[in-house]
Amino acid sequence: MSLQLDFPAVLERWPSFLAGAVLTLELAAFATVLGALLGTLAAVGRGTHNALIAGASKAYVETIRNTPLLVQIFLVYFGLASLGLKFSAFAVAVAALTINVGAYTAEIMRAGFEAIPRGQIEAAEGLALSRLQIYWHIILLPAVEKVYPALTSQFVLLMLASSVCSQISAEELTAVANYIQSDTYRAFETYIIVAVLYVILSLVMRAGFWGLGLVLFPRRRRLGTPL
Amino acid sequence: MHQNAPSSEPIVSLRDVQKSFGPLRVLDGVSFAVQRGEVLALIGRSGSGKSTALRCIDRFEKVDGGEIVVCGHRVDRPDVDLRALRQDVGIVFQSYNLFPHLTIEQNITLAPCAVKGIATAQARDLARKVLAQVGLEEKLHAYPEQLSGGQQQRAAIARSLAMQPKVMLFDEVTSALDPELTAEVLKVIEQLAADGMTMVMVTHEMGFAKGIADRIVFMHRGKVHETGPASILTSPTTPELTQFVGTGNLKS
Amino acid sequence: MGGHLNINHLMFLGQGALWTIGLSVIALIGGGIVGFVIALARISPLKSVRLASATYVQLVQGTPLLVILFLGYFGLAAIGLKVSPLTAASASLTLYVAAYLGEIWRGCIQSVPKPQWEAAEGLALSRTQRMSKVILPQAIRIATPPTVGFMVQIIKNTSLASVVGFVELMRSGQIVNNSLFEPFAIYAIIAVTYFAMCYPLSLFSQRLERRMGRGRSNLAPA
Repeated sequence: MSLQLDFPAVLERWPSFLAGAVLTLELAAFATVLGALLGTLAAVGRGTHNALIAGASKAYVETIRNTPLLVQIFLVYFGLASLGLKFSAFAVAVAALTINVGAYTAEIMRAGFEAIPRGQIEAAEGLALSRLQIYWHIILLPAVEKVYPALTSQFVLLMLASSVCSQISAEELTAVANYIQSDTYRAFETYIIVAVLYVILSLVMRAGFWGLGLVLFPRRRRLGTPL
Repeated sequence: MHQNAPSSEPIVSLRDVQKSFGPLRVLDGVSFAVQRGEVLALIGRSGSGKSTALRCIDRFEKVDGGEIVVCGHRVDRPDVDLRALRQDVGIVFQSYNLFPHLTIEQNITLAPCAVKGIATAQARDLARKVLAQVGLEEKLHAYPEQLSGGQQQRAAIARSLAMQPKVMLFDEVTSALDPELTAEVLKVIEQLAADGMTMVMVTHEMGFAKGIADRIVFMHRGKVHETGPASILTSPTTPELTQFVGTGNLKS
Repeated sequence: MGGHLNINHLMFLGQGALWTIGLSVIALIGGGIVGFVIALARISPLKSVRLASATYVQLVQGTPLLVILFLGYFGLAAIGLKVSPLTAASASLTLYVAAYLGEIWRGCIQSVPKPQWEAAEGLALSRTQRMSKVILPQAIRIATPPTVGFMVQIIKNTSLASVVGFVELMRSGQIVNNSLFEPFAIYAIIAVTYFAMCYPLSLFSQRLERRMGRGRSNLAPA
């Protein structure tokens, strides 16, 4: 049993690693923004009195949450292909990750919506605000504030899960690693470096969300309430 | 229906209003009217239906039967224009319900800007004006949780005033407050009454009701049991009101 | 290329599904044992133990499972061990599950109300006795719904073992697809099969959570 590691042989590929890390962040950023939108819409849909919309939202959330991301990615990939639609692997990856994280976001946002006291909504109704205005001005931000830690953890998990997109050859960090290890025959070293890069990326994302929280919730900043 | 001159039409009128929660009859043929500039106090034990009656006026509860007309809106009808109704009616709640993520100024300017389309600068002037009315100009940029309960309730009144309602509803607005904080809120309401605001209030403060109300409606078991000028509190005619004011409720 | 989906294909997929369950059980037991140690280490009185376990959790939770699987697969090979895909997948999933279950369980142990800890201390029980007789029995009750919920994650995550060549449900689907080339239909069947395994557990977890919620609110001071 002997372990000989040769990191320099792999580390000289650092520009590729760096490019892969940037691509992973891009992938995660697209999917986070789109998934947050989709998930919020699904959470609003779940709360409507329209049984059809509420049922469809629930079906979407439960289907996604109870099947593996890897299967979802293949289904989107081959589903689009069977419809004769040609997209880049990166676009397919964004679509699949968006659909995936949207379902988790919907559940988290629903909990946030439910945590808004009834009196807040009545007060807003009493001021003649429309349903949409109430969601936008009164419910959305406090709901996000209540679930912000869960929400941001979910987005970090999404970034990590995006490594699965290497299986449809979308260009991102793990795909880059797969390529480098087959080129250098230094698999263990390659994946150690990649693991370290993912840890750094998740720390970067957490720091980013912490900063975003300061911007989104000025009251917390003013009153010094920790997130 | 006979058409009167608009000034003599009541601002709020309830006729034979029925309302049940499941098997429980909360309003059983309630009728009363409020004239322009009048202050009406709804009193009664908890469970007598007084808060429900008030909430029906702003259609926070849908009625099962009867007729409610508020500033010309047929509130009992399913097709009532809720947003138009609520621009004419201001409501203040027991639990203040200020929006915690907005400053006091933002709380006040939100509806005038979003609903009436008033320009931001103009809405800010309005905020200053209504805050002055409740004596809170210096709290313009504070967040609700930085204010005492009494201050929050005064800010909530200011928020309603900024929509320039034709009638204000107060739903036990001092019930969550300590006595000294109650006083500062009641003072604001007194000033509003003096300025001629039409008001309907559900209250437990009998002394206050006696001092400010033009008319008292005493509710008992979902019905208007006794009604009349404030003097009925000192000389009630029904045994129920006698008992109600006699159990230590009449104190200032 | 050619042929239609026949009974042999379905049998093969069924066998894959059984391996998915098998690998999930291995990951749950392995991850549960290591995770329990992690949970206790996270609240150890020794600072170095707390720090080491926290670092472990942070590292694993900051790394994709796919990369951990590659590390297990190639890492064991790099130290000269010839390992089967099953061994590599089991080891990797155990380490991964341990980090998450450890954190979930630490939260559950710490959410046992403080008076319980103080009462146990007041009875002059040793630390081990306090844990095993007072705290853990209550923590297990609290931990059941999230643990059942996490089992859904484990089942879904075993699909990644296909990438290192372990023939579970996902991999068997890929193999069937290689001969039939009907990817959309086959992956749809795979998805439905995963759903059939995961959804009952999800429902069960939600039901447990609701029942617990009621139980807890009954205990809340009036």
